[in-house]
Amino acid sequence: MYTEKVMDHFMHPRNVGEIENASGTGTVGNAKCGDIMRIFLDIDENQVIRDAKFKTFGCGAAIATSSMATEMVIGKTVQEALKVTNKAVMEALDGLPPVKVHCSLLAEEAVHAALWDYAQKNNLVIEGLKPPVDDVDELEHEEE
Amino acid sequence: MIYMDNAATTRLDEGVFETMRPYMLEQFSNAAGTYSFAQKSIEAIEKARAQAAHVIGAKAAEIYFTSGGTESDNWALKGIAKAYEKKGKHLIISAIEHHAVLHSAKALERDGWEVTILPVDADGRVSLEALEAAIRPDTVLVSIMAANNEIGTIQPLEQIGAIAKKHGVLFHTDAVQAYGHIPLDVDKMHIDLLSASAHKFHGPKGVGFLYVRKGVRLLPFMDGGAQEKKKRAGTSNVPGIVGLGAAAEWAEKHMDENMRAVSVVRDHLIERIENEIPYVKINGHRTERLPGNVNVCFRYIEGEGMLMLLDARGICASSGSACTSGSLDPSHVLLAIGLPHEIAHGSLRLSLSEETTMEDADQVVDALKEIIPTLRAMSPLYADFINEQK
Repeated sequence: MYTEKVMDHFMHPRNVGEIENASGTGTVGNAKCGDIMRIFLDIDENQVIRDAKFKTFGCGAAIATSSMATEMVIGKTVQEALKVTNKAVMEALDGLPPVKVHCSLLAEEAVHAALWDYAQKNNLVIEGLKPPVDDVDELEHEEE
Repeated sequence: MIYMDNAATTRLDEGVFETMRPYMLEQFSNAAGTYSFAQKSIEAIEKARAQAAHVIGAKAAEIYFTSGGTESDNWALKGIAKAYEKKGKHLIISAIEHHAVLHSAKALERDGWEVTILPVDADGRVSLEALEAAIRPDTVLVSIMAANNEIGTIQPLEQIGAIAKKHGVLFHTDAVQAYGHIPLDVDKMHIDLLSASAHKFHGPKGVGFLYVRKGVRLLPFMDGGAQEKKKRAGTSNVPGIVGLGAAAEWAEKHMDENMRAVSVVRDHLIERIENEIPYVKINGHRTERLPGNVNVCFRYIEGEGMLMLLDARGICASSGSACTSGSLDPSHVLLAIGLPHEIAHGSLRLSLSEETTMEDADQVVDALKEIIPTLRAMSPLYADFINEQK
């Protein structure tokens, strides 16, 4: 059901953990639906993401997308990180089963939520960044 | 490999397979033939009918072979509905029925039937008072499963049957998980219809039966030839039926010892999990429980990851989490016993058989003792819980 890449990121997830005094933290999803992702970002004065960590409650795909998304944003500027879409995460994982596309949306949203938190804390306006939504399934429906 | 998904399906017994083999090879005749070559197939089917009936104290003539549990459940509900709709259009089921019953009832609802879904208590048992109160003059059928496939809870069948009989209502039970595993008696339990499936008790897949008490009117579900006394058309699955009969006979003969042996391993698993892993909840009734069922929720984690990590260690199990149900909701059974969504998502079902050893059980618990902390270390819910504790 899962690609080798997904299995690799599930069995050996990268960047599990928390960042103390993170520049930005975002939590999305809800326990009712079975997925919660929390992403921590450490961002330097040049708006470059120095480090990213995650904690995820969810299925194998949710853990793998969190792992991949954190890996993809590390070393990127805030603007570049915004372009790490759910599609890009999915492609990097060589695809997800259709019922798990939702997990990749959650990962994108978690990164955005952490960036939003960073912007709020620093009174910054990040172009193209929208405030986080509570329910990613709304996003899913919007895209349909 | 450690196989702990016997509620999904069991391994075909070699002895059963040997009994089936000639009916796939040399004795291949259609049982509807008039030549003597067909006679042997007819005799084999009738022998299996008697074997299947004996397990539940039924008469051979009351057994109708089908393609399995789902067909039997569909037939029982829809066939009874068609035959008795002049009496009324109301039926009663429980909230934890298998989808074969639940969705058949929903289909009848679309045809103008009213369905009362009885709630269950925290252990998964229906309330007898609620059942009796739900029966109306236009109630045709009560369909309550013998034992639940997820949490293993066994229903008070004798009392349910007595209530149905007292009010002149037919009683169907989906015994797919119970048949061959625990004692069932259609007379003592006043059961009018009973569904069973061969592959749940070391028989072959694709064959089951519906027991229909003599005198109960049931319209055919499959139209066609005259097989099964014109009640169930279609060329008889001779090898499958022979296998069902042989597996039923074996299950009946060994039921007492199997129940004892399997429940010892079950109780060992439950005891070790409860004692050695924190923040767990055992689901289902403690004693009125299938000998081979263990169902447990591990808090703060989601079931699919647990199954994947067990699989990586060669352990086959299942979960009632959303990710395994193909929707965002966890199993309807776990929600019906009152579990919140986030706890239900962390469920694990280990279903055992006579072949499951104590060593298997120990290996699974040892694996869980590594897996659960690994997943909790990744869980934001667990992190929040630990922070709250501080």
